[in-house]
Amino acid sequence: MDLTPATALPKLLAAAWLLPLASFVVILFVGKRLGPHGKWAGYLAVGAIVSAFLLSCVAMFAVWLPNHELPVAHHGEHHDEGDQHDGAPADDDHQHGTAALLQDAPLTACADHDSPFQLAAFQENEAHADGHAVEEGHAANPPPTYYFGDWYSLGQFGALKLTIGYYIDALTVTMFCMVTLIASCVHIYALGYMHDELHDPYHDHEVIVHGHHLHRPGRFHRFFQYLSLFCFSMLGIVIAGNVAMVFVFWELVGICSYFLIGFYFERHSASTAANKAFIVNRVGDFGMLIGMMALWASLGTFAFGDKQDAKGQTVLTESGAIAEPGIFSQLRTAENGYRLVPPASMIAEETRNDPAIEAEDAAAGKAGHWLLLVAGVGIFCGCVGKSAQFPLHVWLPDAMEGPTPVSALVHSATMVAAGVYLVGRFYPAFCPEALLVIAIIGCITLSLAATIAITATDIKRVLAYSTVSQLGYMMLALGLGGWIAGLFHLITHAFFKSLLFMCSGSVIHAVHTNDMTEMGGLRKKMPITAYTMLIGCLAIIGAGVPLTPIGFSGYFSKDSIIEQAWSHAQTNGGVYWAFLAMAVIGASMTAFYMFRLWFMTFTGAPRDHHKYDHAHESPRVMTGPLVLLAIFAIAVAWPAFRLTGLLEQAQPVGTAAGGSGVLIEDLVVPAEHLSHAPNIKLRAGLAAFSSAFIGVFGAAVVYLWGYLNPREIKQTFKPIYTLLWNKWYFDQLYNFLFIQPALFIGRQIAAFDRGVIDWFLHACAWTVRLFSMVFDVVFDRTLVDGTVNTAANWTWDFGLLLRRFQTGSLRQYVLFIVMGTWFMCLAYFAAAFVLMS
Amino acid sequence: MTSSLLANLLTEPPGVAHYMTVGAVMFVCGAMCMATKRNALGVLMGIELVLNGANLNFIAFGSKYLDNGGPQLGLDGSLIALFVIVLAAAEAAVALAIALNFYNNHDSIDVDRADQLQG
Repeated sequence: MDLTPATALPKLLAAAWLLPLASFVVILFVGKRLGPHGKWAGYLAVGAIVSAFLLSCVAMFAVWLPNHELPVAHHGEHHDEGDQHDGAPADDDHQHGTAALLQDAPLTACADHDSPFQLAAFQENEAHADGHAVEEGHAANPPPTYYFGDWYSLGQFGALKLTIGYYIDALTVTMFCMVTLIASCVHIYALGYMHDELHDPYHDHEVIVHGHHLHRPGRFHRFFQYLSLFCFSMLGIVIAGNVAMVFVFWELVGICSYFLIGFYFERHSASTAANKAFIVNRVGDFGMLIGMMALWASLGTFAFGDKQDAKGQTVLTESGAIAEPGIFSQLRTAENGYRLVPPASMIAEETRNDPAIEAEDAAAGKAGHWLLLVAGVGIFCGCVGKSAQFPLHVWLPDAMEGPTPVSALVHSATMVAAGVYLVGRFYPAFCPEALLVIAIIGCITLSLAATIAITATDIKRVLAYSTVSQLGYMMLALGLGGWIAGLFHLITHAFFKSLLFMCSGSVIHAVHTNDMTEMGGLRKKMPITAYTMLIGCLAIIGAGVPLTPIGFSGYFSKDSIIEQAWSHAQTNGGVYWAFLAMAVIGASMTAFYMFRLWFMTFTGAPRDHHKYDHAHESPRVMTGPLVLLAIFAIAVAWPAFRLTGLLEQAQPVGTAAGGSGVLIEDLVVPAEHLSHAPNIKLRAGLAAFSSAFIGVFGAAVVYLWGYLNPREIKQTFKPIYTLLWNKWYFDQLYNFLFIQPALFIGRQIAAFDRGVIDWFLHACAWTVRLFSMVFDVVFDRTLVDGTVNTAANWTWDFGLLLRRFQTGSLRQYVLFIVMGTWFMCLAYFAAAFVLMS
Repeated sequence: MTSSLLANLLTEPPGVAHYMTVGAVMFVCGAMCMATKRNALGVLMGIELVLNGANLNFIAFGSKYLDNGGPQLGLDGSLIALFVIVLAAAEAAVALAIALNFYNNHDSIDVDRADQLQG
């Protein structure tokens, strides 16, 4: 088989992408008939997603990695003990990794370029700039960092070109592996978890109809049908080659989450939660549409990448310019050293045409930046909705109404990951001010959600708020310039969060309640669940030995976020330290609520003996995925696996160098490699470790050893507790701000309908009726009826006349006959006589 | 004109016109009989007279011995006459059946009493 990346990658990933769709279509049409009660539909969906995972692995390990040498790791250099696992050649420049230089090449072109990598990069850039040395450049060219193309063109309407295409870089391939792996685990787990749905009829104990539990047909096949569509949509977002396609699959993900959250739609809470998720996401998508419009109107393209030939090389025009530049190449051109500069098309026409304004704007350098900011914040709005960021975070905790496998999928690999992924994908288009907005939103989200999670007692809600909080971390990292840090955390988080959710599902499956106050001591009953969940907890709080490369996956990703926050705060100073402070305090709260959850569920004395006695370990089909995910939660981020190296390959060109604000002049986004400086690494590592330790210790004091009684604490801090228990009153606030006004307006409009529109319609009806009554009397009854009646009367009278002749006397009849004959003869002769004479 | 026609008839040797005259007299007698008789059997006899008056005409037109100064019906005249006789026999059968029934119902065959179907 041909394993050249430019041809093999699109085929492999397209197959991996379309398999779940095929499964969806098959189950849609014949799902119910697949095996008893649709049981084989589950196997079909599992088969599709596992095959997709295998194809993604082939794409990753047989195609991508052999053709794209990973950059030299940073971690080795900056961890004091040294992590020289890969025998990287000692780099002479500790501040700049080779990869960073590769992308910074135009900026630092004057710096010494002695390594072959740098030389190649330099040559390539020169070749592109000059346009004549293309052939020589090819010899030492590194492989392209991305592959871009179209599978199918939906149509071209003027300048608007809509295609189904792909944009494949290291991030795409990594996301494919991650999403399909987690989705496979969730599918397999769901085979066990959704087993009840195979019963026909299924008894829903939470819905009462006419005083009885609801009985309905099982919906096993339908669950897997939606899961398949969900995976297809998410993979569609990841592989999409243009914004329009992203938007299509974005909405598909939204509708799938609607179906799955509302899976038990007979339950009122589930159907309202599904509606809430859908409507809140629409709010964000509105912003996204504005961002898309701003980008398309000014750049005239939806495409991410530049047009490439069959070998994956950018197509150039005669003059050496890029033939069909995508969004990112237009915003970060080689002439500008890959810095983010708004192209002329983004600058208002009057500014371009009026030399005075142009000079003024050029002096300030602000022209076009506002549009860039609008586009960036607009796109981010969509991500706020999808990734449940403040102020649109309210839907995610309610999404717990769906079955637990759905929560695991929504909270890790698919729905919420889409938002963070899109911020990562669009990163080259975000100006520093837009990044600041992202960071602020992320910071608020992470602290807000963490505080709410502390008081929640529903096991799934704690995890839901923890997800919101961790997503805030990712957004914070991205906003502070840590592209790798943010997406690194996205991937590690996906593993341990899906693990945690599936563990909680296992617990719920055993004790049939979500409430942690009814659990306790379950460690002895269900050891596999307990210890895999412990691994998940340790991973999410970032447990590890500080200053060494030994730790759980969260340790690496969370540390890199805090390092980035530290680096950012150090560069900007002043109020920007708040980001760092919130990140560290948030880490402490994370540790507290996660271990509060674990201690309350698995240790101590059972709080509800009845439930405890009935608890049992889950079947192997459920614990298997737990163990697999636990292994990944421990090890996925280990330096030996070079995950950061892979992400570094995908880092959009020009973004590694950071940037400085134009509208806010003293805002500087530091280059990401600066966060690996030893002094930052040391402090950040210690801060992260100590905050996590404090959190765990606090949880142990209250919930494990019982030195402090939670009830007394509750009493002492009653106002704060009430505030947090009510989730900062966000639902009530939105109810007051949006829902009640909407209902009020609705009532007013209904009154208007009844009072004015209905009145008008009735008036029209009365007029027509009156007219017809008059018409009836004047026209119908006199003219029409008169004509008809007259004809009838004539006929009647004529009939009466003829009646007289029907005397019944035979002799008279004979007389008539004779007379008639006589007259006829007479008439004949008379006529003949007249004619002859 | 009438006197000259009568004179012709009396002076000419017997021909079609003489037969037609006799037929016309029979026809008129039959019609008068139908119109004046109250007895149903009398009416039937009138019908027979009318039919045979007409038959006489057919025979006269069909005879090759009588010259009418134009084309002749030939054998067709005799055939039509035979047909009319058959028809008269059938009609008489039906009419007598009607008369019999009428008599059974009314103890009379007075046609003036048969006026139930008047308008």
